[in-house]
Amino acid sequence: MASDLGCFPSTGDYFELVRSFKADHFEMCVDLCAVDYLEHLSRPLPEGITPTRFEVVVNLLSLSKRQRVRIRVQAGDDEPRVASLFSLYPGTEAMEREAFDLMGVLFDGHPDLTRILMPEDWEGHPLRKDYAVGKIPVQFKEAPGPR
Amino acid sequence: MSDPTVRVAERVELLAAETDEGLQGLQPRSATSTDELGREVGAVLRMSDLTLDPNDVDYERHDDETMIINMGPAHPSTHGVLRLMIELDGEYVLRTKPVIGYLHTGMEKTGEVLSYIQGATNVTRMDYLSPIGNELGYSLAVEKLLAIEIPERATWIRMMMAELNRLSSHLVWIATNGMDLGSTSAMIYGFRERELILAFFEKTAGLRMNLNYVRPGGVAADLPDGWEDDILVICDTVYERTFEYDELLTGQPIFRGRMVGVAPITAEEALALSATGPLLRSTGVPWDLRRAMPYLAYDQVDFDVIVGTYGDNFDRYAIRLNEMRESIRIIRQCLERMPSGDYRSQDPKVTPPPRARIDESMEALIHHFKLFTEGFMVPPGEVYSAIESPRGELGCYLVADGGAKPYRLHVRGPSFVNLQSLPLLMRGGLLSDAIAVISSIDPVLGEVDR
Repeated sequence: MASDLGCFPSTGDYFELVRSFKADHFEMCVDLCAVDYLEHLSRPLPEGITPTRFEVVVNLLSLSKRQRVRIRVQAGDDEPRVASLFSLYPGTEAMEREAFDLMGVLFDGHPDLTRILMPEDWEGHPLRKDYAVGKIPVQFKEAPGPR
Repeated sequence: MSDPTVRVAERVELLAAETDEGLQGLQPRSATSTDELGREVGAVLRMSDLTLDPNDVDYERHDDETMIINMGPAHPSTHGVLRLMIELDGEYVLRTKPVIGYLHTGMEKTGEVLSYIQGATNVTRMDYLSPIGNELGYSLAVEKLLAIEIPERATWIRMMMAELNRLSSHLVWIATNGMDLGSTSAMIYGFRERELILAFFEKTAGLRMNLNYVRPGGVAADLPDGWEDDILVICDTVYERTFEYDELLTGQPIFRGRMVGVAPITAEEALALSATGPLLRSTGVPWDLRRAMPYLAYDQVDFDVIVGTYGDNFDRYAIRLNEMRESIRIIRQCLERMPSGDYRSQDPKVTPPPRARIDESMEALIHHFKLFTEGFMVPPGEVYSAIESPRGELGCYLVADGGAKPYRLHVRGPSFVNLQSLPLLMRGGLLSDAIAVISSIDPVLGEVDR
């Protein structure tokens, strides 16, 4: 399997970079997701890139060249915000909604940035690292029951 | 619930309030801007070179001429808890919006608190019709980060099981698709043949579904004694019966009426909407990851990539039917060429020692204890691995931070992405065709919602 090319654009260059890849026969945006690096704020990145808490990861695929490229854009700390790829790849519509819903990343220019998996009145973004994981206490044999 | 008598009196409003999804649902035309309407009518396509014909968008139509109806989430033919809001003009569909999330169980979040060994148990529940595919995508990602070699036999076992799983998944598709179109016999036949495969899964892995069979480092158990005969029976039976489905369905006028020429999609649209799998191949794009970017040992077996021409329901049906035959071809080659050797990596840091060794070796006991209390550490890095699941490209994006648990586990579910094509496919079609269209995309809601 050919190894993927990695790119680290700034939020400003991100859209133009994707556009140039699209012109370069990367026909499909296969995947888009966000990562919350709250516990690794000073992770090693290529020189000149300042790591931020949120990172948006885009996987582009070229069918004609049989190649993948991975674009990792540093989206920001408190209010992560990047440009939406909808106008280039309409297929990112649901993926960007998912990233917004679960991670709270805002996508400028997305036509319908609503929650997609969580209920409409949900508070918070569950995949963030500071969002607690629910726990069910383990009941041992001798412990008092739930009722 | 408070007082039941009050509840009954207010039931209509209560029900409406309880099932409202707010902005996630389809809005009436009066509350929709022209741009938005154009986008929805043209599904999500509003690209520069794919501009919508303004004549197609009927701006003038008012809410009192059309009707928004709701299908699901508990509709028998929505293949799980898929909810569709459909705007109708008489019998014709104008706009469609899938509302999903009813099966969301936070599996990506759960994946972050489970160790890498436990992770396979989690991901296998995503696409419950092709558990092997999920495990495989996940295991390949973990192995890539670990940089460990997998024994050849494990690779071939994985490949054979993945193809058996593709077979069983497509059989369920034939069954449910037949059921959606009123052919109850197809339903019975599909599930009957699938039973053979599930029985073999049970014999091999101990479970019929959610196998947790493919794990980082290899597979959970070697193939059972006499597996060759079982596989031969499965191959012969299912191969023969694919021709029976052919006879039952392909020429059937009612079936053809709902399939041929219904819900076409072009290659350009499918690519723009990131559609993969049979949905993309039905448009004539020969993109199959098994061929294009081979993983496991797919570059060593002979098979054909099936493509369609028109991108309609019938092409997707024909592709799946023929893919079953191709899968059988691959399984037969696995049967002939199955190498001997280990079925899992012998690296003690990744693979637990056999039970018998624990009694006699202190070291084995320590490894066993460490593996099942703490798990193994995966070096920091991030990786995207993709496989061809029965529904399309199943990607697994994994971020490791050097600990025993994934820092971030993202699964690119093919159904989730393919579902975006639904509004486009439905547009202008009949409501009664809608059922066939949903089924031809073959969404598995466990994977859509994760």
